[in-house]
Amino acid sequence: MPLDLICPAGSLVSLKAAIDNGADAVYMGFRDNTNARAFPGLNFDEAQAAEGLRYAHDRGRRVLLALNTYPQPDTWSRWTGAIDRAAKLGMDAVILADAGLMRYAVKQHPNLRLHLSVQGSATSYEAVNFYREHFGIQRAVLPRVLSLPQVENVVKHTDVEIELFGFGGLCVMVEGRCLLSSYCTGESPNTAGVCSPPKAVRWTDTPSGLESRLNGVLLDRYGRDEKAGYPTLCKGRFEVSGETYYALEEPTSLNTLDLLPEMLKMGIAAIKIEGRQRSPAYVTQVTKVWRAAIDAVKKNADNFKPTPAWQAELNKLSEGQSHTLGAYNRPWK
Amino acid sequence: MNLSLGPLLYYWSRDDTLAFYAEVANWPVARVYLGESVCSRRHLLRLPDWLALAEQLAAAGKEVVLSSLTLIESESDLKMLRRIVGDGRFSVEANEWGAVRLLAEAGVPFVAGPTLNVYNPETLDVLAGLGAQRWLPPVEMSRLTLTSMLAGAPAGMETEVFAYGRLPLAYSARCFTARHYNLPKDDCQFRCLDNPDGLALATREGESFLTLNGIQTQSAGVYNLIGELDSLRELDVASLRLSPQSRHMGRVTAAFQAALAGEPGAANALAAIMPGPAVDGYWHGHAGLENSMEKHA
Repeated sequence: MPLDLICPAGSLVSLKAAIDNGADAVYMGFRDNTNARAFPGLNFDEAQAAEGLRYAHDRGRRVLLALNTYPQPDTWSRWTGAIDRAAKLGMDAVILADAGLMRYAVKQHPNLRLHLSVQGSATSYEAVNFYREHFGIQRAVLPRVLSLPQVENVVKHTDVEIELFGFGGLCVMVEGRCLLSSYCTGESPNTAGVCSPPKAVRWTDTPSGLESRLNGVLLDRYGRDEKAGYPTLCKGRFEVSGETYYALEEPTSLNTLDLLPEMLKMGIAAIKIEGRQRSPAYVTQVTKVWRAAIDAVKKNADNFKPTPAWQAELNKLSEGQSHTLGAYNRPWK
Repeated sequence: MNLSLGPLLYYWSRDDTLAFYAEVANWPVARVYLGESVCSRRHLLRLPDWLALAEQLAAAGKEVVLSSLTLIESESDLKMLRRIVGDGRFSVEANEWGAVRLLAEAGVPFVAGPTLNVYNPETLDVLAGLGAQRWLPPVEMSRLTLTSMLAGAPAGMETEVFAYGRLPLAYSARCFTARHYNLPKDDCQFRCLDNPDGLALATREGESFLTLNGIQTQSAGVYNLIGELDSLRELDVASLRLSPQSRHMGRVTAAFQAALAGEPGAANALAAIMPGPAVDGYWHGHAGLENSMEKHA
């Protein structure tokens, strides 16, 4: 089916919330740095993963496993072990970024369905088709950098199903091609599965305002009337040529509800909701809205319009209480 | 161990670019990477211009490699990529996996660039099977991880390490230079031309942090491994990549050559002409912005 709704499951409670509220599939990670949300207290051990799979499969839904960091030479077996466990558990697909790991998966578990992670940075059909030819991937998640016509061009030139991000945190950089976090803290999404890791964050109340620092580097300073957000490196305020502003990106979320009719028409296979690190309440609310929206657009794409209630609900859950169409809409660039 | 001149990451006027490469023939570099790898809107040198430069430098005894675009977005980006691959006279640096596909199909030997994300020997082996003869680790890779990588590297694979220059850290669909000037990317008025070494970004307390270079974000600190030549040699690294800066680049290459020859004072000569503070944290497995010399001082 086109426009499957793929929701984040950072825990068993979130997984059930997503399934109960209409997700077609959920994605999860194991409890280590084999996935790009390697946060303390998040993710699944083997028993929890098995229970989550049972819960989803009993209700006719699927579970995808994110194994989307890049395996390191000395700990290679941690990643291959995770592939083996995924196959044994009966995961419906694994989401991979690394070519070497894909080769292992194909060789050891030829029936395991492979998805190319957004961390694989494939932005053209030539790259997507590379992974198809060599490793038989069934689906690719595109980085949040292409405009909609560019996405459509990819769809037209590949047999691989295309999945797009629909809602949640917005990476301003090409996923998998951003080392800002390791430059500042030593840990990047590629190697450690974290961006701007919480352990490097310090908040200090000073006479000139509340300051957020990442490994000592000042990311922002908030006035008394300003709301402070999580100090993600690319969403800080910096000085360039004497001007202080959000030099890379504002604290804002991606929200593509408006684009659903076009995504449906061009044959997008699935919409992904970001946020495995968010609460079960968040997962519940976002899944509800997106389920309703996807059902509505499938019923009548030509007259589809997001309701003010949906948008208000999503804005409440958004970073900075604002949203953007991101790169799908050319002027953002 | 020899020296490579990395691709020009900034956007300079046609005259400045040609003047820069006119000097390269006399620099102690074995290999020169040519072409636009950052932004497809930059056009003052077209592919035939780059190919003419390639011929000149090859005639002067340099090994020439054409660098491909790191972020492919449009069909016209792919067209350019196919022209580069199809030329066939020179080796190509693949900076994303679409280029790997085309190069493997065409049977052109290639260099696996630093943005292919080669973090383990298995992935390097995949690339070797497709025709890669040389590779660059991601710039964030430490000496220790590289040691493990090379213990399992495919036979005959040459390793090149990014050893000098501002670190290319991130790529985006958004142009941060255009954003700084409040211009849309599609009408950027090529303001990168005003900033031959990028736009400096500092924290709100004035600490230098990053450099904006169009859609690319670089470090403000200048990565410098001139003090690490022994450990690089021990790893059997084939080449050191020096990344172009707008001033003193010939002296940078000379300083590295002198250091390779064991001449004292080379590191100090280099320190005097660096456009920013030195950093080497990545090499030591720390945050990239750290400087081991400072730590020990």
